[in-house]
Amino acid sequence: MRRGELLAVVGENGAGKSSLMNVLYGLYQPDSGVLSLDGQPVRFKSPRDAIARGIGMVHQHFMLVPTLSVAENVVLGREPTRNGLLDLERAVQEVSATCARFGFQLEPRARVDTLSVGSQQKVEIVKALHRGAQVLILDEPTAVLTPQESDELARVMRGLVAQGHTVVLISHKLKEVLGVADRIAVMRRGRCVAEVRAADTTAEQLAALMVGEGQRAPATTSPPAVSQAPGESLLNVRGLQATGDNGRPALRGVDLEVRAGEIVGIAGVDGNGQRELAEVLTGLRPLTSGSGALLGGPLSGLTPAQARTRGVGHIPEDRLHRAVVKALSVEENVALGRHTRPPFAKGPWIDFKGRRERTRELTVAYDVRPPDPEVALRALSGGNQQKVVVARELDARPRLLVVVQPTRGLDVGAVAQVHAKLREARDQGTGVLLVSLDLEEVLALSDRVYVFFEGRVTGHFLRHEFDERELGRRMLGTTEPGHA
Amino acid sequence: MLDVLHSLLFSTLDAAPALIFAALGAVLSERAGVIAVGMEGMMRVGAFCAAVAALTMPTPLAVVMGMLAGAALAGVHGFLSIRWRSDQVVSGIALNLVALAGGTFLLESLYGPNGTPPIQQLTRWHIPGLGSVPVLGALSGHSAPTYLALLLPFAFQGLLTRTPLGLRLRAVGDKPQAVATLGLSVPGLRWGAVLGSGLLAGLGGAVLSTAVLDRFEQHTPAGLGFMALAAMVFGRWTPVGAFLAAAFFAFGNALRIGLVSSAPGLVELIPQGVLLALPYLLTLVVLTLQGQRSSAPAALGTPYEQESR
Repeated sequence: MRRGELLAVVGENGAGKSSLMNVLYGLYQPDSGVLSLDGQPVRFKSPRDAIARGIGMVHQHFMLVPTLSVAENVVLGREPTRNGLLDLERAVQEVSATCARFGFQLEPRARVDTLSVGSQQKVEIVKALHRGAQVLILDEPTAVLTPQESDELARVMRGLVAQGHTVVLISHKLKEVLGVADRIAVMRRGRCVAEVRAADTTAEQLAALMVGEGQRAPATTSPPAVSQAPGESLLNVRGLQATGDNGRPALRGVDLEVRAGEIVGIAGVDGNGQRELAEVLTGLRPLTSGSGALLGGPLSGLTPAQARTRGVGHIPEDRLHRAVVKALSVEENVALGRHTRPPFAKGPWIDFKGRRERTRELTVAYDVRPPDPEVALRALSGGNQQKVVVARELDARPRLLVVVQPTRGLDVGAVAQVHAKLREARDQGTGVLLVSLDLEEVLALSDRVYVFFEGRVTGHFLRHEFDERELGRRMLGTTEPGHA
Repeated sequence: MLDVLHSLLFSTLDAAPALIFAALGAVLSERAGVIAVGMEGMMRVGAFCAAVAALTMPTPLAVVMGMLAGAALAGVHGFLSIRWRSDQVVSGIALNLVALAGGTFLLESLYGPNGTPPIQQLTRWHIPGLGSVPVLGALSGHSAPTYLALLLPFAFQGLLTRTPLGLRLRAVGDKPQAVATLGLSVPGLRWGAVLGSGLLAGLGGAVLSTAVLDRFEQHTPAGLGFMALAAMVFGRWTPVGAFLAAAFFAFGNALRIGLVSSAPGLVELIPQGVLLALPYLLTLVVLTLQGQRSSAPAALGTPYEQESR
């Protein structure tokens, strides 16, 4: 990479982008090979060495202490002192100065956990710049941002490059990479397979390079078949309120409806009540107020077991935590929750044969690799684990399917397969409630979209009304156009 | 009436330091993200070693030996929970059991079941002129640990909130990854905190043997290490909060002793066992009330795994 340019590194999940950057930043040690900086070979034993040589990194998952203030987070590790005591006044001044120099607007005294995700990311960037970073590595920085925040970030990155900094952007969003980068390096399976100038390439060429020759480029969000007129109302809630894990209200009066045979998307920045909504609908979290009808029964007092018997399927956000047992085999995981019913049981006994046959059918139908019912789930890749979850939930023929972040961390091929299965379920009359932080995914799949902001619905769009800009504004809670 | 208050205050100030030191040790360890279930064991080891050491050396030096013994046991905890990332609760409970059984074994085989021979207690300091003042006079006539226990919480609070080290300790308990990516050592900070907590727990135990009693007894510290944890939770993981909670518990205990001695009729009404259980019941009540509104460090109990390749 050269001084003063914006290099983008793209590749599928598991292509080795993040590992490479962690080596650059000294978090991982290279097994072999040489790292050169300004023509000299260097070896970073820890991030401290990398920082000393002017390398800064903004991680995909923020490395901020949520309970500390912006200034404390920025100066941590090189705190200004007076008589051996922490000089918070000077820390605030220093941080303000750094913010001013690079054009960031941040309140140094604000606690980090009160900031929006976009602002937290700025804190991360300021943290690196404050340490004199000349080379700034950003790992999937836009994954959690709204379109407006992403634009802002692009401006910030270009501004840094204009000031002579070098920026490395790791991403798998090709459009955005083409918009800001000077050069693009494509990685596949741990190798750098191509290096192109952004001006000389197209998204299609990049996609082909990422996936590899001989394989078809991933189908980019094909428009869904026009769905038939939605059927009966499966879920109808009014004034729904619920409390979050932190004891503060997470849902503050939500009205929404899901009908049979439609996919209803929930768009929003992380932490605006989407997760709590999914938990209320699956009986995992009590509602504190409001009323609702769910598949012919009341929503209040719902237990997870009742939700299951009424026909609610659930693909939760964190599959390892909530959907599967890693140590059990694929067939055991497929039986979970239905283990007392045929074909998984015969009377009080496990029906080993029936279970195996059904699992084998499912692994073929859902392209789970390897298609072996006996293998332990932990031996499967993340994408294949998710396919097992999707297979189990859809095989139960749910009337309402609550899906949260179904494709997080999956590679392009698996994403396409999961999306196809969700559409198929919709076409067979299942009502799907899709919660995702990936706006592109929500727009690609949904027939209707509700936008969540701070536990309220701030927008409702039908498919022909979809407009990324307008959705983005609603996700930030601003309704006047042009004020994002 | 003033007399009663005076004697209550006096016995509180006498008994509280052991609990205060242990509570501060627990705060130190847990703010850095390492669960401090082993306080009871560290106190016991500190109490035993201080009592044995005091048989052959000046008592103040024996107290230091007790502190070192507490730190040594904390070192085992650190080795298990930081170096080997084992479950911190299991590690702490194991230490408690080792200290309980080991203490009993050594005591009985060396000195018999009735405790170590009596030792020279720590010198009591009489503040000139204060002794005769009503109520406030209770401040005079204690040994050095009492006065230290009144100052240390505030110094510790200052360290935690006003120094770079304190900032780093708070950060490592809430988000160790952030600390690591800034090039600071997560294991280093946690080791420091765990060893420090061992020194404080050892001091608490040593105070029991050398100031409250004049020997190591079979049951020392009789659950004080767990009450220290309750004080830490009650005090919301802050040094001054834990100090106030510990002082409150100690006062409750002094009140019980005062009641039993001044109103013997009470013992016939309420069985002695119930009264003895009071501090522990109080601890339970406090923990129940505290319930969900906890403010524990976010990364408490999670071992930090650095990419080792």
